[in-house]
Amino acid sequence: MGKLIVKDKDIVVPGEELANGMDYLPAEGAFRKDDRVIASYLGLVNINGRLVKIIPLSGRYVAKKGDTIIGEITDINFGGWQVDVGSSYNANLSLKDATSDFINKGSDLTQYYTFGDIVVANITNVIRNKIVDLTMRGPGLKKIVGGRIISIKPSKVPRVIGKQGTMISMIKDKTGCKIIVGQNGKVWISGDSPKQEKLAFDVIKLIEENAHIDGLTDKVKKYLEDVKV
Amino acid sequence: MTYTKRADNRKFDEPRKMEAKVGVIDRADGSAMFKIGDTIAVAAVYGPKELYPRFLQDSEKGKLKCTYDMLSFSVPERKRPGPNRRSVEISLVTEKALLPSLDLKNYANTVINVFIEIIQANAGTRCAGICAASLALADAGLPMRGLVSAISVGKVGDQVVVDLNKEEEDYEGGSTDIPIAILLPDEKITLLQLDGNIKKEEFLKAMEYGKKTCSEIYKVQVKALKDKYKK
Amino acid sequence: MKKELRSYIASLLEKDERMDGRKLDEFRKPVKVELNISKNAEGSAKVTMGKTEVIVGVKIDVGEPFPDSPDRGVLITGAELLPMSSPDFESGPPDAQTTELARIVDRGIRESNFIDTKQLCIKKGEKVWMVFIDIYSINDGGNLIDAAALGAVAALKNARFPEYDEKTGKAKYGYFTNKKLPLGKDLPLTCTVFKISSKLLVDVNNEEESVIDSRLTVTTDGKNINAIQKSSDCELSIDDVDKMIDLSFKKYKELEAVLK
Repeated sequence: MGKLIVKDKDIVVPGEELANGMDYLPAEGAFRKDDRVIASYLGLVNINGRLVKIIPLSGRYVAKKGDTIIGEITDINFGGWQVDVGSSYNANLSLKDATSDFINKGSDLTQYYTFGDIVVANITNVIRNKIVDLTMRGPGLKKIVGGRIISIKPSKVPRVIGKQGTMISMIKDKTGCKIIVGQNGKVWISGDSPKQEKLAFDVIKLIEENAHIDGLTDKVKKYLEDVKV
Repeated sequence: MTYTKRADNRKFDEPRKMEAKVGVIDRADGSAMFKIGDTIAVAAVYGPKELYPRFLQDSEKGKLKCTYDMLSFSVPERKRPGPNRRSVEISLVTEKALLPSLDLKNYANTVINVFIEIIQANAGTRCAGICAASLALADAGLPMRGLVSAISVGKVGDQVVVDLNKEEEDYEGGSTDIPIAILLPDEKITLLQLDGNIKKEEFLKAMEYGKKTCSEIYKVQVKALKDKYKK
Repeated sequence: MKKELRSYIASLLEKDERMDGRKLDEFRKPVKVELNISKNAEGSAKVTMGKTEVIVGVKIDVGEPFPDSPDRGVLITGAELLPMSSPDFESGPPDAQTTELARIVDRGIRESNFIDTKQLCIKKGEKVWMVFIDIYSINDGGNLIDAAALGAVAALKNARFPEYDEKTGKAKYGYFTNKKLPLGKDLPLTCTVFKISSKLLVDVNNEEESVIDSRLTVTTDGKNINAIQKSSDCELSIDDVDKMIDLSFKKYKELEAVLK
């Protein structure tokens, strides 16, 4: 027996009851207390069959294996680089994963990446939320030069990318900008003119603010068409 | 001394008017404002982030650090800037009031900083601070068991009341101040202090008033969190 | 990151453009002032400049005058860059940045004689009114000094005396009179001009503020210069200073209008 107390896409707060009985199972962002399923953090309810999970509406990025992120080099030691990816912990980029070149131990690492460099990297491993390993060996993984970086909430990234990348393709198309969206909410925009870049920036912020409403795609399409670049 | 009518005409078990807003400080990871009567508290959360120096880190779970302070002009007689013994104590009890609400096992070696400032004071400031801080923690997306709601209950003269204002705290016929914080929906007490002179039965009656009011505060807090995301 | 950001911002400025579409001499919108935001203060104001938010409060107390000015009231300005307002601020006693901000705001108000301190005398050599200005940053979105200075003037204008108890010779807090502070009609208003590469701009946001070469904070009463503070790492030419002062004067009317 079991009953859902909330609906899909409801906004819930920590401690709020989502379901009772044993029929429903708590997934990410939810936990079981006696015979009830409770929300762990502020977010949107997502019901998938018997699984009830919470999509976070706020909070720092939580590193996940396989995510492509944009980060900043914050430290260098003999083993490699430390990268700020906007989560609670720094991520590590070791010598062997940094580039397709072979890096000799003891060589000057700053010639590859130095403090303040912005890089596109992929998360290869996450241990207990804490130790995050990165690689920059792979297609599309590189140091970024030029353009500007903006920050959006990590939970809004899927909306900005869209189903099969349709939303981000439309934005790139209409603004003429190169755009890379990191799963950690960092977005790199590079266009031929600041007006184009500002348009891309404004549109992405628009999506971030309206992520949870319906008809967003049409709203964005209209916004892009109305503004003359 | 018989206290039959409250200065602001409230019923004995009636708290002052409340207001809450979430997301008031742009640069913080989470923030909130909580107002009750003429007391206004603002709280901001930064973190979780790695805690330095390293020897202070807890390798099992994240840590919480709260700092409570009052703006110099929040009180009638100017408060000299900087921590004093009172604010140090309140910072500590606030931390203990909020800690049970948080699930920090996935945040080893980090710290969550909570800053509380009282913008305007008319009694009940530590409780308003706790209400704001709990909202700020939820706003920061932290995993929690629930929210912490807090209120001062007590006795004015011979009357048990809820939410003493400044006038009642300073009442000539004596007053007892009992700040209480409750983790909801679990209904667990996370803050309890008392100063005054009160019988146990009166104390228990005050606690009942407190529980009831905390449930009302909880509703205000929940609404504030959800309102931030309503269009 | 900073090098990249700086060259990005500098290249925009070369074309007289900024990341948020503003002109170089344009303040963010809105610049707002809300008065009486803290009831126990004798005067208070909240200033919003874009995302920057600063609260300033004025407390008026009775005390002894300084020995070298026995017939004048006392002005004391303090500030706290609250840790809640930025991940870069830490708890603790005021550091150099905080102290500088307080002293810059103080200087503008003091040197312009905005407060007629002679009228703050209660009994020469013994008792005078003391005016405490306390500045608090609530959200650091860049350009805190200008927001703080504007807030200080607004809070002073908003302030009224507490009642004075003749018997005890002390202020009666919680009992406000209708009497305002003795203020001049020309407001001391502050505009900081920033230099990035060879371009001058006002009201920087966080990103712009992180890459500035130099800044000049200028306080004027609309006609005369009352205070100047040059800060940040790089040097300025006389021509730079000339232009920066002009720009500050140019912004005077706009800031004055916010306080009306």
